[in-house]
Amino acid sequence: MSNVSEALKIEDWRLTSAEDLKALQKQILSGRDPNRPEIVVCHGTGCLANGSEKVSDALRTALADAGIEAKVMPGIKTTGCQGFCSRGPLVLIRPGGLFYQRVKPKDATEIIEKTLLKGEPVKRLLYKDPASGDTILNEQDIPFYKLQERVVLHNIGKIDPTDIADTIAAGGYQALAKALAGMTAEQVVEHIEQSGLRGRGGAGFPTGRKWRSALKAIETKGRPVYVVVNGDEGDPGAFMDRTIMEGDPHAVLEGLILGAYALGAEKGYMYVRAEYPLAIKHLEVAMVQARELGLLGENILNSGFSFDVRINRGAGAFVCGESTALFTSIEGKPGNPRPKYVRSVEEGLWGRPTILNNVETWANIPLIIGKGPDWYKKLGVPHSTGTKVFSLVGKVNNVGLVEVPMGVPVSAIVEDIGGGVPGGQPFKAVQTGGPSGGCIPYSLKDTAVDFDSLTKAGSMMGSGAMIVMDEGDCVVDVGRYFLRFLEEESCGKCLPCRLGLSRMREILDNFSRGRGSEQDIEDLISLAQAVQDGALCALGSSAPNPVLTTLRYFKDEYLAHVNNQTCPAGVCKELITYTIDPGLCTGCTSCARQCPNNCISGRKKEPHTIDTDQCIRCGICRETCKFDAVRVS
Amino acid sequence: MSQSVETLDEIVERYPGQPEYLIFMLQDIQSTYGYISEDSMKVVCDYSGVPLTQGYSVATFYQSFRLDPRGEHEVRVCLGTACHLKGGQRIVEEVERRLNVAAGGTTEDLRYTLSTVNCVGACALAPVVVVDEEYLSNMTAKKLEKHLKTLDYDLENETKEHGHV
Repeated sequence: MSNVSEALKIEDWRLTSAEDLKALQKQILSGRDPNRPEIVVCHGTGCLANGSEKVSDALRTALADAGIEAKVMPGIKTTGCQGFCSRGPLVLIRPGGLFYQRVKPKDATEIIEKTLLKGEPVKRLLYKDPASGDTILNEQDIPFYKLQERVVLHNIGKIDPTDIADTIAAGGYQALAKALAGMTAEQVVEHIEQSGLRGRGGAGFPTGRKWRSALKAIETKGRPVYVVVNGDEGDPGAFMDRTIMEGDPHAVLEGLILGAYALGAEKGYMYVRAEYPLAIKHLEVAMVQARELGLLGENILNSGFSFDVRINRGAGAFVCGESTALFTSIEGKPGNPRPKYVRSVEEGLWGRPTILNNVETWANIPLIIGKGPDWYKKLGVPHSTGTKVFSLVGKVNNVGLVEVPMGVPVSAIVEDIGGGVPGGQPFKAVQTGGPSGGCIPYSLKDTAVDFDSLTKAGSMMGSGAMIVMDEGDCVVDVGRYFLRFLEEESCGKCLPCRLGLSRMREILDNFSRGRGSEQDIEDLISLAQAVQDGALCALGSSAPNPVLTTLRYFKDEYLAHVNNQTCPAGVCKELITYTIDPGLCTGCTSCARQCPNNCISGRKKEPHTIDTDQCIRCGICRETCKFDAVRVS
Repeated sequence: MSQSVETLDEIVERYPGQPEYLIFMLQDIQSTYGYISEDSMKVVCDYSGVPLTQGYSVATFYQSFRLDPRGEHEVRVCLGTACHLKGGQRIVEEVERRLNVAAGGTTEDLRYTLSTVNCVGACALAPVVVVDEEYLSNMTAKKLEKHLKTLDYDLENETKEHGHV
């Protein structure tokens, strides 16, 4: 028996109409008692890395040992990333939403015995709000979740992504059925246009307008046309698309099928980073299950419309997130971009009209078709409708994945949802948009997070990475980091990017060593503008953004490096010295033993000293010291 | 080697012999053999009908392809932004010192390959190091050293069991 029919206990069920799909949903739901407790374990990448697989195994064993399997929903449900990664592994007991954090396998028996048998919470596993000091029982009352609006992520954390029955029970594929049964392709495109949806991949191009252009191109060029998912989420610090592909793969697939229907495409591609093996696996499983139910492949839901998809694994090239490079990569060649005198909607994959949208954009499509553009437009602000998913990382308490309506201020995300910087001081800057974006300083914390406001502040939405920096992060170092990243990832085809970025990085390297002059800063700006104007694709033309915005908001810090040979944040190696505070050092010898250059000396139980001439400033002593006695100046 | 390892021909024949499947074949070969040897490149290029130069142009353009054998264990240090801010670079430098190999290289005894990766998308765990398939969270040079020691230990025991030199 196949996966799906096994899961549904049905032999060979191919859905042939919207009514069929509704009947199946009803059937699945009727087999489930909404009041029966259900144990849910997060199997997102973060929780898995923290051992959640062992937790779910332990819970399964504990459940069997207690002999109460009949009283709870069968099995332990494992879901995609629930977002609150810094608190993982996460375990939830539904329907109430009782929220356990940092669960270990040894907690399993107690959870079953106390919570499921006696109905009492295991207090030590509950979340304690650091701000108020209150212990919070349920997921929905935790500020991290309460202040979010989970629309695109609504299924993630609730469904088992490898079981299509869960997706269908939650209303999956209803939008597709609705479109195939009662909407023309033209109406689908109109809905997307009216919704105001803008591409979630970075530039924020209106999705409806893109689809309309593709339709126009088809008028002159005819078919075939292609629809493509850009799952090459390369921005360091971003993992929204990964979470969507892993946690709700059917949403992406359903969106893509709707796009294919709107354009009359028969073939689609999903280009997914090879670094995301779990996402690839879940998408593959989703495709097999959807085909078995007749939701993908030949004659979908008996509508006469046929469409199928192939997954292409990326091979480790950041530039392949750029549309034309992505197409050449699918064609089996090195991912070199081409100039876009002719846009890729007209001449994309195999030289044919193609629409390429990012994962999150595709996942929005079923919502718009299902609930209508008017519903969608009510979310967010007029020129940036809907919600946006952000990965909130760096120096912030609640690291994880958050979804908010467009237009909320930066501070609402970083401080209210994210819980601010560890230690309580204000953040220094928030980096948005990855290597193509910029920094928003604390003074602009009220900036609205929407496409236009971020661009106005010199940054950009990008794909949704939000990296919080505190006073211990150096802007020169961050600028160097991004430039080095892009220098390595530049395909080398055009000169401004290939040489311009190297030269910019060299100038910053000098700054980090305390060399350079104010004239160099001026030269850096002028070079940055030349790269912006001259580069072939967006990788190069947006590359100077991190440097330009930090120069705009943190020029003093650059000047400190150049004029005073100091790094105020204490990061740039050649400008700092490590010393040991004799008042705090207990002489435990731990740092001396760890020092790779053997340049820490001192007797046992007496303060140690660092030979600064020999010190290579690796920072291991500071990491090792339990008494915070190693200082950086 | 166990009998279940597929031959080169078996791997390439999973796909139609067309240039668009070149990357698929190279990926499958690498996941089976760890790297792309000259012989396997010839087989792939013959089968998909592209010149050898094009095969190498693809294999050297994409970072994930290796043309040399890799170590028994692969240590991948993430250098995404979050990991960078939390000291990923320091970890790289420390492992370079400890294993006496530059990032991107393999130790002489073919035990370890050290590489850096541009964000594995597990930023909440920063700094992250992926050893083989295992994600290690909130790493420090010290913790990583401990972990590598347990691998060393396993490796030695394995060698004893199997009687390899």
